[in-house]
Amino acid sequence: MTAKFVEGQELPGKLIAVEGLDGSGKSTQIHLVKRWLELEGYKVFFTEWNSSPLLRQSVKNGKREQLLTPTTFALIHCTDFADRYERQILPLLHAGYIVLADRYIFTAFARDAVRGCDRDWVKSLYSYAVHPHVTFFFDVPLEMALSRIMSGRAKLKHYEAGMDMGYSPDILQSFKTFQGKMREEYLRMTEEFGFIKIDVGRPPDQLQKEVRGHIQERIDLERYKWKTSR
Amino acid sequence: MENIALTPKKFYGQGLPNVDPEKLNGKLIVIEGADGSGRTTQINLLSDWLERLGYATTRVGLKRSKLVGAELEEAMQGNTLSPITLSLFYATDFADQLEKTIIPALKSDFIVLADRYIYTLMARDIARGVDPAWVREVYGIALVPDAVFYLKAGPELLAERNFKNKGGLDYWESGMDIQRSGDRYECFIKYHRKIQNIFGEMQEHYGFESISAGRAPNTISQDLISKVRFILSPLELNGREE
Repeated sequence: MTAKFVEGQELPGKLIAVEGLDGSGKSTQIHLVKRWLELEGYKVFFTEWNSSPLLRQSVKNGKREQLLTPTTFALIHCTDFADRYERQILPLLHAGYIVLADRYIFTAFARDAVRGCDRDWVKSLYSYAVHPHVTFFFDVPLEMALSRIMSGRAKLKHYEAGMDMGYSPDILQSFKTFQGKMREEYLRMTEEFGFIKIDVGRPPDQLQKEVRGHIQERIDLERYKWKTSR
Repeated sequence: MENIALTPKKFYGQGLPNVDPEKLNGKLIVIEGADGSGRTTQINLLSDWLERLGYATTRVGLKRSKLVGAELEEAMQGNTLSPITLSLFYATDFADQLEKTIIPALKSDFIVLADRYIYTLMARDIARGVDPAWVREVYGIALVPDAVFYLKAGPELLAERNFKNKGGLDYWESGMDIQRSGDRYECFIKYHRKIQNIFGEMQEHYGFESISAGRAPNTISQDLISKVRFILSPLELNGREE
């Protein structure tokens, strides 16, 4: 077992990530990418930003009992991600898959920066993880994102709404402020990390056409066909 | 040495958001050493001495955080953690204790006795092939202690004491996760030799003091107390000692 950090270009697989605010439509778009690649017969695997079984209980308790500070919030999620990365993402990239990630390390960069963690520290925490070959940032105007989220779900959660930051005692107001700051972080990172910015507000099929075009331009898909018939 | 008592606190790296280390007036004393080096005995004796003089003390150690302590303990029973995950898991455990116990105690002028600190964690990570520069960056949130004492004992002595106290050698403390050959005893010896070498390299950089752990507990304690005296301000000490 070695812990050497791997560079993306050393790996046969490709990593495609989507980032953006809740309600930006990124999950729909990455789902359509997955369907497209599967149906065309490519080796593809989908992974999303959620808890590995390893820390599920701690994350849950930490959130429920509001034990988390910005620093421990950053670290516990980084641990959680490391487990998923070392068990799943990295082996898949070694095995030559196209890995599709619904949110990746940039979600953590944005959230932790908004919470006041040192940006360079957070970046170095995640330096074991390869950067995606292609990262899409789905940019949605704040009001549109909020109205989509509000109609789609029952109740905002404490940390999700940034209530730990003390922006406002009103959870909805706090969520708005938090999302606004998240969007600023994403915009700031767009240049730094070379995100492909997709402006939403068009029908899904039009967005998907643009997304597929970018992928075809950047990845030689023929190399990722299954070698055996399925 | 006398000036140490007046040296303001600082972080190793960028530190923690919203914490001014210079406002932390307590003392942070770290006892490092492998299992079997007599750490716990020494911390007990040291805290007896401090409390007799009227100092308020509190203790921290590995896997003791409210946030992830229990789950980390549980995860280690499974032997399935890879090095980076293990490293970050311990860093989370450390950070929770740093923010929830160490810093509040130092703000209240307590003496914090740390039963191991970031050095054991870093040494374990480095022994597992994790990039030392990365580990140092992760622990840029850590406070520089007022003193670090490293209880040093040969691997053979450590093994003897582990047999005596625990009836056997622990899987992780024998480095079984990173060694392919040899029995548990051989692995333990090799692993601790490696850890000691890493400590040797860190010693210069972090400036901790080696204390020979192969002696009688009371002799070691006297040694330790004579050094701890230096970091307590002379004014405070005045009149407290008989």
